[in-house]
Amino acid sequence: MAEAADLTPHSEHPNYPMRRTCPYTLPAGYQELLDRPTLGKVRLPSGRLAWAAARYEDVKAMLGDNRFSSDLRRPGYPLMMDHQVPPPEFSTSLVGMDPPEHTLARRAVAADFTPRSVNRLRPRIQEITDEYVERLLAGPRPVDLVDAFANPVPLLVICELLGVPFADRDFFLRISFTVMNATTPEAGTAAMAELMGYMDGMVTEKERTPTDDLIGRLAARRGEPGVPDHRDLVGMAFMLLMAGHETIANVIGLGAMLLLDRPLLRKSLAADPSRWPAAVDELVRYFTIAEIANSRVALEDVEIGGVRIAAGEGVLGLTVAAGRDPRRFPDPDAFDLDRVDRSLSFGFGAHQCIGQHLARTELEVVLSTLFERIPELRLVEPVESLRFKEEHVNYGLHALPVTW
Amino acid sequence: MRIRTEADRCIGAGRCYLAAPELFDQSDHDGTVVVLSERVAQAQLADARAAVEDCPTRTLSLTEE
Repeated sequence: MAEAADLTPHSEHPNYPMRRTCPYTLPAGYQELLDRPTLGKVRLPSGRLAWAAARYEDVKAMLGDNRFSSDLRRPGYPLMMDHQVPPPEFSTSLVGMDPPEHTLARRAVAADFTPRSVNRLRPRIQEITDEYVERLLAGPRPVDLVDAFANPVPLLVICELLGVPFADRDFFLRISFTVMNATTPEAGTAAMAELMGYMDGMVTEKERTPTDDLIGRLAARRGEPGVPDHRDLVGMAFMLLMAGHETIANVIGLGAMLLLDRPLLRKSLAADPSRWPAAVDELVRYFTIAEIANSRVALEDVEIGGVRIAAGEGVLGLTVAAGRDPRRFPDPDAFDLDRVDRSLSFGFGAHQCIGQHLARTELEVVLSTLFERIPELRLVEPVESLRFKEEHVNYGLHALPVTW
Repeated sequence: MRIRTEADRCIGAGRCYLAAPELFDQSDHDGTVVVLSERVAQAQLADARAAVEDCPTRTLSLTEE
C-alpha cells in the first residue's frame, strides 16, 4: 500500500500546483490522480512530496478526519514553499487551529455567518451591487468587468461585514488591490504591512468604542471562551478579507464569462430566476477556484484511499479534482443546474468555509442583478483569448473585457 | 427514524439548515445546530439523510426509533 506507492520514482510524481489551461475542463494532471487506484503523491514547489487526495470520497474522508491537523507551523505540514511558515507574532486565526480549540473559536463567530445573518446583509449587498452596475452603465464601453465590478463589490461587502468605517473605504480598497496586484515581492510586503497596520488600528479603535459589526461585537465580548484576543482579532479580520475578497471576485468574473459564453443558460435563468441559487452552487463546483486551504498533516497513521499516511506526512485535498469526479458528479464537465449534490468546493470538516453562505448570497445577488440590469452584456473577445490566473493560488480571470 | 447529535462537534456551518430547514435551525448565539424535530417523518427522510451526509463535522446521525 503506502510502500508500493513509495516505489514510484520521484520524477514520476506530478508537480503541484497544476496549471489550469482550460476554464471548462479538468487539467490532465488532476485527471490522472482521479484515475489512479489508490492515493498518489505530488511534488510541491519546495521540492517536498505530499499525498494528494483527488476522488470525492477520499477528499471528504480526509477533510472530515480530525487525525489530520491544520496547524501550518507543525513539522510536515505541506506548505508550498518552506519559507512560508508564518512568523510567531502573526496569528493564523481560525485557519491554523485544530479542535477542540478551533471549535470554540469558530463558535464565537459562527452566528454572524449563518444563512439568517447573511440574509440581514442582503439589502446592503444589493445596494453595493446596484451602485456598481450604475457606474458601469454610466462609464465607458468596453470595460474590464473584473476591475470595474467583480473586484470592488465583494471588497465593499467585506468592509460592511468587518465594519471598516466609510471614511476609510477608499484607502482600504486601494491598499487591498496593491496587496493583490503587487508586481514585486517588496511592493507586496510593504502593502501587506500597511494593511496589517490599518487592521491593527481599526481593531484598537473598536476595542475602545465598540461598534455594531463583526469586529466590534467580538471586541466587546473579549474574555468569553473562544473569543479572540487583540492579536487573533487582527489576524481574523485579515483572514476574512483574504478569504472573502479575491475568491468571490474570481467566481464573479468566471461566472459572468460562462454565462456570456452560454446564451441558452442565460435564457433559462432569465425565464426562471428561482434557478439562480442552483446556478451559483454549480458555478462553485464547476470552477472550484481554490483548494490550498485543504492542506493537512497527519497526527497519527491514517488509512485512506488505499494507502497508509504516516504520522507527520502531509496531504492535500484536491477539491478541484473532486468536483469533477464522475463517481459523484455524472458527466462532470457539463454545467448542469439540476445537480442535487453539493460539492466540496467550500471544503469539508471543521474548517469548511465560514463564509460559504455569504459567498453564495453575494454571487446570487451580484450575477443576477448584472444580467437583469444589462441583458445585452456581451464578451468583446472569445473565451480562448482571455487571460486566466493559471498558476495562482486562486484561479480566476485577469481581465474580462465586456460591452453592451 | 430519529436524529441524534454529538453536539460538541458542531461548528455551526449551517449545512443541515440548508438541506432540511423543516428539521434543523441554528442558535442565534453561536450558530450551533438546533434540532426542531428529533422524529423524522417518512416524507422528511431524504432531506434528513442529505443533512447527515452534508454535515462537515459529522455531528448528526440517524438511528432507528
